[in-house]
Amino acid sequence: MIADRARSLWRGAVTVIVVLAIYEAVARSGHFAPALMPTLGVVLQTLLGSLLDGSMFEHAAATLYRVLCGFGLAVFVGLPLGVLMGRFRPVENFVLPLASALMPIPSLAWIPVFILWLGLGNAVTILIVLYAALFPMLLNTWSGVRAVNPIWLRAAGAMGANENALFWKVIIPGASPFIIAGLRQSFLRAWVAVIGAEMLAASNFGLGWVIFDAKEFLNTDVMLSSLIVIGFIGFVTERLVFGSLERATIYRWGMAQAAKT
Amino acid sequence: MPHIEARDISLIYDTPGGAVPGLRGVSFAMEASEFLCIVGPSGCGKSTLLNIIAGFITPNVGEIRIAGQPVRGSGMDRGVVFQDFAQLFPWRTALGNVAFGLEMKGVPKAEREATALEQLRLVKLEHFAKSYPHHLSGGMQQRVAIARALAYNPAVLLMDEPFAALDALTRDDMQRLLADVWRTTRKTVIYVTHNVAEAVYLADRVVVMTPHPGTVKTEVTIKLPRPRDPLSVEFLDYQKELLRLLGQDAKGH
Amino acid sequence: MHDVARASDIALTPAAAGPLRRAARNAFPFVVVGAIWEAVAHAGLFPPRFFPPLETVAATLARLTMSGVLPHHALDTIVRLIAGFALAALFGVTIGIVMGRSRRAEDILLPLVSIGAPIPGLAYAPLFLLWFGPGNVPAVALVAFVSAFPIIYNSWTGVKAVKDIWLRSAQAMGANDRRLFRHVIVPGALPYIVTGLRLGLAQAWRILVGIEMLAAVPWGLGWLIFGAQEFLNTDVMLAGIVVIALIGLALEKFVFQRLEELTVVRWGMLT
Ligand SMILES: Nc1ncnc2c1ncn2[C@@H]1O[C@H](COP(=O)(O)OP(=O)(O)OP(=O)(O)O)[C@@H](O)[C@H]1O
Ligand SMILES: [Mg+2]
Repeated sequence: MIADRARSLWRGAVTVIVVLAIYEAVARSGHFAPALMPTLGVVLQTLLGSLLDGSMFEHAAATLYRVLCGFGLAVFVGLPLGVLMGRFRPVENFVLPLASALMPIPSLAWIPVFILWLGLGNAVTILIVLYAALFPMLLNTWSGVRAVNPIWLRAAGAMGANENALFWKVIIPGASPFIIAGLRQSFLRAWVAVIGAEMLAASNFGLGWVIFDAKEFLNTDVMLSSLIVIGFIGFVTERLVFGSLERATIYRWGMAQAAKT
Repeated sequence: MPHIEARDISLIYDTPGGAVPGLRGVSFAMEASEFLCIVGPSGCGKSTLLNIIAGFITPNVGEIRIAGQPVRGSGMDRGVVFQDFAQLFPWRTALGNVAFGLEMKGVPKAEREATALEQLRLVKLEHFAKSYPHHLSGGMQQRVAIARALAYNPAVLLMDEPFAALDALTRDDMQRLLADVWRTTRKTVIYVTHNVAEAVYLADRVVVMTPHPGTVKTEVTIKLPRPRDPLSVEFLDYQKELLRLLGQDAKGH
Repeated sequence: MHDVARASDIALTPAAAGPLRRAARNAFPFVVVGAIWEAVAHAGLFPPRFFPPLETVAATLARLTMSGVLPHHALDTIVRLIAGFALAALFGVTIGIVMGRSRRAEDILLPLVSIGAPIPGLAYAPLFLLWFGPGNVPAVALVAFVSAFPIIYNSWTGVKAVKDIWLRSAQAMGANDRRLFRHVIVPGALPYIVTGLRLGLAQAWRILVGIEMLAAVPWGLGWLIFGAQEFLNTDVMLAGIVVIALIGLALEKFVFQRLEELTVVRWGMLT
């Protein structure tokens, strides 16, 4: 077992090293302009430089600010609305057709319209992120509330739970596998949308903007360092934030199966 | 005055395929601290009747009176145990589940946890207070459900085939445990089952129902001393009588 | 007392309303939103260039459709989607199955997949544009690259989910490797693969419009709405978005839902 594990790790490490080595070899071979394919040393130097002078942190902070605002708004709107949809037929009848019509429109398609309405800047990006993140949150919450086992509601009712207790102590935890899946999906969409929106609509800050701006000046090293930071942040949120949220809740409660459709 | 009284209960289920008669003209009465079993073939309306007494369903005709008051919706005078293991809240520990009813009543945390632990001790699960339901076996989960229904001290305990999904050995243990719990707490219990031996073992009185539509066929009082011996001749006689009563229907159809 | 799941509700929900009533119920929210839009547009709060009334958008939609401009844009977008997705499906399923079957391939490829997957596909766009130049090649390549990840991941999981006991019993009945593959591994993994394809296509659709804006392709709905910025043609943008919504809905109705039904039926709902 452990030997197996070690071999897997070893092979994985070898792959990564080999791929990097091939890249390095091609970059040094002179077939491609160094501006298009900088060596690893240069990329690393650029990354370190931008980290040390703090500029990378500024860009990351700008991106995180936008994504968190948009995602936070999406949760703030999508979660309660999803619960209402799941509990009250008229709300469902009104919201569901609209959501089904708007959801298939990629959020990025709205960028030109929003730019026209709001001008370049944070507002557009945040709105695009909100649009991207809203629907997964809304629809997952809605299905989660509908999937709450009716026997839990009856049992709680028999023990004297009022609407308020029913909501906080039964419906929300009962729907949690779906809600967490919704949070996760929402954040992933938000993360894609923020990069796209920054490329197309940002003024002068943000990781997406850095990549796009670097293209103008053929700064491939800057692009690659920004890519590394983007990947790192995405990975950390996925594994650490949502991973630990899941471990603290639905895994502990043995409810992880429920939402894996 | 009887503790629980069902007066001429009728219920029709409205389904897309038309009206399905669930119950017709069901009446019975029981005294406080009585243990009543309801037996009958599958589909005769046992669960429907229990759900009406619990207040989850309103009958089309008739009413349930508990301590003289007509039943409107569910209430804390009744504890309910379902057949389904999934009735426990998976996001709460065994203790958290048992404390739920007290929490709804507004009992302070320390006090309700002490009470809940006491109830868990009654069903011999005090060592599993901190476990989540998915780490407990089916029988343990049902015991937690019983403790949960007892914890806020309702006068009436309603149970719908709570042990039907358990294996025979565990079910035996559970029945003994339930008989003990009833002896100590003196609740008024309505217990639905289609297992005749279980009914004779537990009940003071057995209500026999027939299907299509669900009606009360007859009542049998079990006059055996407790604890009961399932191998005694008298026990087997009661069992045969109930089987005979149930079997008549089967022939009638 | 509580309005929770009365027994009669559970049996009663669907099929009660006729098709006409259902259509009216579905149309109602659009009528409300449309009316609000019209009211705002005609109130003169915003210049009509920026906030055109619906009749202007409809007229533009009709005009561009008649002149063949809109169909041309739409067709190019669809072709790019199909081309990119087909490449992704081909490579993705192959790579995924190989990873699922061979421990060595899994060890080698999994790190690369797990490093690549968390980076949003669009972030690679400028890189692809630099390396391939603007135009169709980077657009299609990027769509393929991005939608390949969910396909690889799900195919891999699917092959791993094929139960050993099925493999052993098939081997015991004399199946050789080829037959094992055709009759046991592929059908066993199929529900997962189909899920992967569905996720891949949805992902491709979500970023294709963005890629078209970035790649400066001459035709394509993304470029149409992006280019309309120059002349402040909000009506053209909204007409483009309507077409995008229609294509998206068609994908949803005729592709995603079909695929989902396929997996749900095979799968018996949950794992
Ligand atoms: N929600 C419902 N909608 C429509 N008909 C129902 C519903 N619930 C029960 N019925 C019908 O009412 C009758 C009685 O059902 P009930 O569940 O009370 O039977 P039961 O005696 O508990 O059976 P079992 O022993 O199988 O649990 C059955 O004929 C059933 O078809
Ligand atoms: Mg029943």
